[in-house]
Amino acid sequence: MTRIDKNATVAVSVRGLVKHYGATKALDGVDLEVREGTVMGVLGPNGAGKTTLVRILSTLITPDSGQASVAGYDVVRQPRQTRRVIGLTGQYASVDEKLSGWENLYMIGRLLDLPRKEARSRADALLERFSLTEAAKRPANTYSGGMRRRLDLAASMIGRPEVLFLDEPTTGLDPHTRNEVWDEVKAMVGDGVTVLLTTQYMEEAEQLASELTVVDHGKVIAGGAIDELKAKVGGRTLRVRPTDPLQLRPLADILDKQGITGLAATTVDSESGTVLVPILSDEQLTAVVGTVTARGITLSSISTELPSLDEVFLSLTGHRASAPQDAVPTEPEEAAV
Amino acid sequence: MSAAAATVTDTRIPLRGHLRHTGALMRRNLLWIRQDPESMMDAVMMPIVFTLLFVYVFGGSVGQALGGGHDEYVQYVIPGMIAMMSMTLSQGVGTGFCQDFNSGVMDRFRSLPIGRGSVLIAKVAVEITRMIFAMTVLMIVAVLVGFDIDNWGGMFASVGLSVVFASSIMWGFLTLGVIMKEAQAVQQTGFLILIPLQFGSSIFAPTSSMPDWLQTFTDYNPLSTLADTARGLMIGGPVAHDLWVTVAWSVAITAVMAPVAIHKFRTKN
Repeated sequence: MTRIDKNATVAVSVRGLVKHYGATKALDGVDLEVREGTVMGVLGPNGAGKTTLVRILSTLITPDSGQASVAGYDVVRQPRQTRRVIGLTGQYASVDEKLSGWENLYMIGRLLDLPRKEARSRADALLERFSLTEAAKRPANTYSGGMRRRLDLAASMIGRPEVLFLDEPTTGLDPHTRNEVWDEVKAMVGDGVTVLLTTQYMEEAEQLASELTVVDHGKVIAGGAIDELKAKVGGRTLRVRPTDPLQLRPLADILDKQGITGLAATTVDSESGTVLVPILSDEQLTAVVGTVTARGITLSSISTELPSLDEVFLSLTGHRASAPQDAVPTEPEEAAV
Repeated sequence: MSAAAATVTDTRIPLRGHLRHTGALMRRNLLWIRQDPESMMDAVMMPIVFTLLFVYVFGGSVGQALGGGHDEYVQYVIPGMIAMMSMTLSQGVGTGFCQDFNSGVMDRFRSLPIGRGSVLIAKVAVEITRMIFAMTVLMIVAVLVGFDIDNWGGMFASVGLSVVFASSIMWGFLTLGVIMKEAQAVQQTGFLILIPLQFGSSIFAPTSSMPDWLQTFTDYNPLSTLADTARGLMIGGPVAHDLWVTVAWSVAITAVMAPVAIHKFRTKN
């Protein structure tokens, strides 16, 4: 079958993609490229157009204009071919709630033209791999959130996809379950699958993706390797807590005056009694500790954090993310159209 | 890209693939019934409740008008019930379909390399088995309230015709299920369409005493011709004209609504 993109090293190619819903520009000219075997993180707030992008790439909707190809197939002109090589895990677990885990996987195996015997053994193997064997016979509506998400991932893997789309794979999950899902995704990547995942969390992108595309209002506002972007937005944030809360302000002033912070100035978080210091390197971290020691300030705790989505946006665009990051995480990203 | 455009081709799904996919999806819909036996309640209870209500509430007075009594009405209304029952059950297909859309599972189906039609056909096929089940219940109740099945061939033919007609109507309800957002709205709209068609017909009472304007409606109402055909087949009387009109309606409705349903399903955002 003809693949329009002969360049085998590019798994997903998107050029000038536009999708409008009335006056809402869900996508307003998006370009991106995902190399084979890599993980691309698409980072953005609610309503940035992430879900629309995934829905176009997985052939669920058609763009108004622009071009998109997946594994060399044009998603608009070769939807059936595209569907043969992709796996999709949506924001909502796209499994049949009334069927058992096993029946869900068996059904999808049959829909993917596996012979009965193979569909059976594939269902068994994937349940095993995603630690769902014990729950195999129970209806999916009795599963916990994490189990459902794992079943969803298993369902996406039945067809041995070349490209996997994960739309906010951990939204609405608790931290423990989120780590479980991350481990599963890492294992899939280890198998050589190309992954495009959308997320609202810098931490998730850091954990899973090698490259990042930051989107806002349907446009790409930054892109590149995670490390480059992190450097651009000020790397990490150092959180320092002096034992004496009265020293919060003086400590922040000293650090600012010494100029050992990253791109931005320090901020005082008086609620938690900490000073936030943006840093770019381990040398800066050491310098901060050295300065504190030289001034005779005692610290009760010190930790580093990744910048939040808001901080990333602030440093990339000068404005905050268009929707608050902590909006109810189970809400749909865009109006389900 | 224009040079590439000429050579871009997509795969076609072979007939055996369509059958396999439809089979897998039918299995899904049948497992739903096993998982949730209450969903068969309507198919069991509706024939019982409606038959008892109509026979015992209206049976005496309408029967008198027919020149007999209660027993006379039983003979009149049971063939009508055959027409009515499949119709009422057929609208459940739209509600179920709408629910599928509101869960994520439809995204899964639509991102798989399967024909869009097989999702719809599987739904219709499973609904037909429910109808046949309800018809069996109906005929048992019919015999219990005193209906004489003189013509078994006629009975099976009537049930068959009613199911065929209902399957064509189902494409309309599937379309509603695709275009409407809430399952409840689909159900309400379904009732609004069905109730006038069912009651403004010869299903429950002869039309001769109705006002002229209503008679014009009932004469053209396919449910009248369906009920009259069933009556003719089971009890006797002319059949041919009503039969052809019913079949023609059925073919016409399917020819229009099936492509519409599949198109709406395919292009739903």
